[in-house]
Amino acid sequence: MCSDPSSLHGLSWFLCYLTTGKHLNFYASFGTVLLLLAVTAPVALALGFGGAMLARSRIAPLAWIGKAYIAVVRGVPDIAFFLFFVIALDQAFEYLRHRIKCPDWNQPVYQGNDFIVCDAAKLPLSTSPQWMHEVYGFFLAVITFSIVFGAFAANVIFGAMRAVPRAQIETAEAYGMTHRQAFWRVLVPQMWVYALPGLSNLWMVLIKATPLLFLLGVEDIVYWARDLGGSKTPQFTSFPHGDWRMWYFLFLLVFYLAFTRVSEIVLDRLMRRLTHGQAMSGNAALRDSSTAEVRT
Amino acid sequence: MRNLILAAGLALAASGAWAQDTVRLATEGAYPPYNFINDQGQPDGFEIELGNALCERASLTCTWVTNDWDSIIPNLVSSNYDAIMAGMSITPERQEVIAFTQNYLPPAPSAYAALSPDADLEGGTIAVQSGTIQAAHIAESGAKPLEFATGEESVAAVQNGEADAVFADKDFLAPLVEAAGGELQFVSEDVSLGNGIGVGLRQSDTELKGKLDEVITAMKADGSLNELITKWFGPEAQNLRGLRRRRHRGLHPVTPDGAPTAGAPVPTKEDAPRS
Repeated sequence: MCSDPSSLHGLSWFLCYLTTGKHLNFYASFGTVLLLLAVTAPVALALGFGGAMLARSRIAPLAWIGKAYIAVVRGVPDIAFFLFFVIALDQAFEYLRHRIKCPDWNQPVYQGNDFIVCDAAKLPLSTSPQWMHEVYGFFLAVITFSIVFGAFAANVIFGAMRAVPRAQIETAEAYGMTHRQAFWRVLVPQMWVYALPGLSNLWMVLIKATPLLFLLGVEDIVYWARDLGGSKTPQFTSFPHGDWRMWYFLFLLVFYLAFTRVSEIVLDRLMRRLTHGQAMSGNAALRDSSTAEVRT
Repeated sequence: MRNLILAAGLALAASGAWAQDTVRLATEGAYPPYNFINDQGQPDGFEIELGNALCERASLTCTWVTNDWDSIIPNLVSSNYDAIMAGMSITPERQEVIAFTQNYLPPAPSAYAALSPDADLEGGTIAVQSGTIQAAHIAESGAKPLEFATGEESVAAVQNGEADAVFADKDFLAPLVEAAGGELQFVSEDVSLGNGIGVGLRQSDTELKGKLDEVITAMKADGSLNELITKWFGPEAQNLRGLRRRRHRGLHPVTPDGAPTAGAPVPTKEDAPRS
């Protein structure tokens, strides 16, 4: 039925239009974005936690590393990071493989502007099927997003750890807990309450940052919406139409709003659970203000 | 990028040729008729058909990759793919970073399109795609450039009044001007920029450059390249013999099967380098 779209009208035209291969790619890209978020959020959180632990370490060099990570990554503009860091990361992987796999290679890796490693060191191999290139691109995207958002998360968690009342730690130590025990049993469980408002902000920003994916060669929902919505002349498509970007972006707007709304509800519940039974001075006020912030 | 794969190799296998090298070709996928993503979600257009023909003649296995225009040159020099066919004009600035084959499209005219014939081209706001030779031209002309990531957006900016005119490859603009049904019109004289469009390659990749130059020469000599130009850009397109001066063409009827109409203008995307 869709073989001759010019004869179609109304609903049947739209049914065919909305099921072209290109639209299927558009729908699939929602899965790509959700998968990216699902993988990136826990990885970034882990990096953030690690970064915060380093930054508050009593061993000076470790603290420097943690603080440098937080300061440098937060200070570099996202676009610069996504354009150049990814290429550098890819080159670092390829260079390592190059040293291992091609020890006999006698040409320089950098030739003028060009970065050239032996064929066996390419990631993925140039003979690899396209899906491997896509998976690799996605993998680089996850690493990059995680490092960037991990730095912000580290700063939030670092602050949250300092916000836990000092008396709690002192009490733990008075009971004879070691530093390590006091950290894991008293500080960490309590600091989430203070970290959650900042982390929930980060999550929202992360959701909205996914259009940066196309800079990394991963086709995301905004890329497809822009391509599909752009006016199409009859020479190049069976479904010519004018500038429909507004409708596609409206659809994305609904998607993003629904997604962030669901996130807010979940985070709100999480906040209520975390504050449950924590009796500290100022806690009630904190809980009220942080849930209010999450809601706005 | 899932859509980007075109197995040029299929043609090869079918013809019994053998190929051992896999060459990854990058395109932008947003510049019809040079390159675009078709209804099936695959790269399509003049450069895709030409690239596949070049690969077949050179006994190369080729796959297509789409990449954002802004990062298309950095990814080439970083060896994430091997060649760029994305309507990229050969310019001295780009030649400092990458190499080009001989051109497969001659320098083509750039044109201004606006809502009214008295648009202010000297002092007004002109929409352009960033990183293109048109953008560089406007920046030098004294008019106020308004840059967009894609050509499509630069045209939309004129239609919604954000800019006084758009300056782009005439061949890219022509189908859009036609589709606008009289709302948009070409104004002023055409401007010829750049040295034509070639395949972008790493400067160190002289082997691939040699192979491609050879087959481009062969396709120019036997007329098959001109056939492709005519197919995608229309019979009045400027071909590589350069015997005919481009005339201003009228609008052309669209064929029902969606093939490019004969009258579509000849494009040349001259643009900019990414990087």
